[in-house]
Amino acid sequence: MTLNLVFFYFFSALAVVSAILMITRRNVVHSAIFLVTALLATAGIYLQLRAELLFAVQIILYVGGIMVLFLFVIMLVNLDVAVRQAAFSRQTWLAILLAAAMTGQVALAVWTGRASVTLPPVQAGALDPNTEIVGLALFRNHMLPFEIASILLLVAMIGAVVMSKKKI
Amino acid sequence: MTDWLIQFFAPHVVPLIIVLFVVLVLPLLVGYVVLLERKVMADMQARLGPMRVGPHGLLQPIADAVKLLIKEDIIPENADRFLFWIAPLISVTAAMVAFSGLTFAPGKYELFGHLNTIAVADLNIGLLFVVAVSSMGIFGIVLGGWASNSHYSLLGALRSSAQMVSYETAAGMALISGLLLAGSLSTRAIVERQAAEGVWFIFLAPVGFFIYLVAGIAETNRAPFDLPEAESELVAGYMTEFSGFRWSLYFLAEYANMIVVSGIATTLFLGGWLRPFAGAAELNFLDFAPPVIFLGVAGYCLWRVPRLFEPVHKVVMTLFAGLCLLLALVLALPVTVLPSWKPVLHGVFWFVAKVVAYLYAFMWFRFTFPRYRFDQLMRLGWQFMIPVSIVHVMLLALALVLQRDPGQGGLGWPWWHGMLVSTGGTLLVAAWLAALSERRQAAPAGSPA
Repeated sequence: MTLNLVFFYFFSALAVVSAILMITRRNVVHSAIFLVTALLATAGIYLQLRAELLFAVQIILYVGGIMVLFLFVIMLVNLDVAVRQAAFSRQTWLAILLAAAMTGQVALAVWTGRASVTLPPVQAGALDPNTEIVGLALFRNHMLPFEIASILLLVAMIGAVVMSKKKI
Repeated sequence: MTDWLIQFFAPHVVPLIIVLFVVLVLPLLVGYVVLLERKVMADMQARLGPMRVGPHGLLQPIADAVKLLIKEDIIPENADRFLFWIAPLISVTAAMVAFSGLTFAPGKYELFGHLNTIAVADLNIGLLFVVAVSSMGIFGIVLGGWASNSHYSLLGALRSSAQMVSYETAAGMALISGLLLAGSLSTRAIVERQAAEGVWFIFLAPVGFFIYLVAGIAETNRAPFDLPEAESELVAGYMTEFSGFRWSLYFLAEYANMIVVSGIATTLFLGGWLRPFAGAAELNFLDFAPPVIFLGVAGYCLWRVPRLFEPVHKVVMTLFAGLCLLLALVLALPVTVLPSWKPVLHGVFWFVAKVVAYLYAFMWFRFTFPRYRFDQLMRLGWQFMIPVSIVHVMLLALALVLQRDPGQGGLGWPWWHGMLVSTGGTLLVAAWLAALSERRQAAPAGSPA
């Protein structure tokens, strides 16, 4: 149990610290790397919660797919110009105000709903076999929403192809 | 106190051994894989290969490692030092962590009252874990290319990451065709299913295996798809600015990735730790193969010793023969006095033997096929491999349904019917696609493609 707690605090600290570093770094590529570490730390927490499939999907999709694309785009834009620009300096006070309001809202929501935070204890092995449970949920219980989401993605994909091709 | 310690550490003994092996011994093994590759290359080109350092070049990897370690470590003036430092480490770490998803031997073994599998972790998502972790190696390449602050490196990084992302899809689809047959993602369950069916999945889904073979070569950036580091034409791609030890880390990552890809293919298509013809009792004499092979190698080495000239070579050759004899003895234990150890020792032997055979295929292709051009590589990936692999997955799923009993919505086909339908249908589609692309290329320039 103690080992579990150690891992939990390690991954949480890693996630929070990399999130902070991500928004404070000036260099966009460094920010992207810290976003990757934040995503990986979250994946670690998923693994610790025995949601193994979610862990793998998080790494394959977000880290291996989306972040690689992010890096592609970042490398293709001219970084020198972006680094020299003073970023959003005029909106500092507005940003602080909005962030404070947002934090207050979240804190209020958590505080008022604190009674529902404690969940009933999960019996051991409730999530095993993980892949099979997720598969059954997606393809048996929620077939229609799943298919609708797939069609949405297909439309987006075809749209991207149409936009990028001059002549079809 | 000691009880508590044993309770705490018992489940971690086998994983720790594997982790230590991967971290400490793997770099040395990779050195010997490189030596093997140079020997195979020399053999195919009718040369001898490295012969000077040690008998038959047996000490060459150690000499190379020392050379790489003491080389000057150069970091370009305007490089991003942090990323330049961390990029090769990402590649190596991703490749090494991927090993923890593989299972090397069957069953569970009791150690201090704990059941252990011969794996770091017998995960429910086994294969997915290996694929996910090894796909992170792309970051090492992209960041290494960008951090060097050089145009060659940046273009090389973009080129190789585009290649790896493209072929990941085809490799994933090929894996799905194997997973459909296995019905599980756990590396242990996959092999156990092959043992239960009595047939390796390569014979049920040969197209899937072929696609995984090709996509695996492209993903590990090996010839004929070694455009990321085509040193003779495109400079050295993303590792142009890397030298010495950092460069060797990239090299280590590439070979570790090759071993991981071989391990996945072995697990999914080649029956993992199963002996060839594991189900046929009349072929049980094959159990004697592991010790006999090592005895043969040891005998050959001892026979060579008096024919070597250098005293150092004689000593090294005798030591090598001794090592082979030791391995032969260890592998002879299960067939003589310790039958209960057979699954572990011989399981690991067969797994490693298959991995080595797969690595040999990697080398064989490298010295057989000329390098692809980048547009050819992309066209092959997107217009041929991915559609064919998707069709294969669909036909295989259909065949599996038709193989069910009539009561469960199938036709009760025997397995070879399903195999013929899925493989034949996929090959037809592949031939049609190939003809289509041939016609497209034959069309005069400027005409609508």
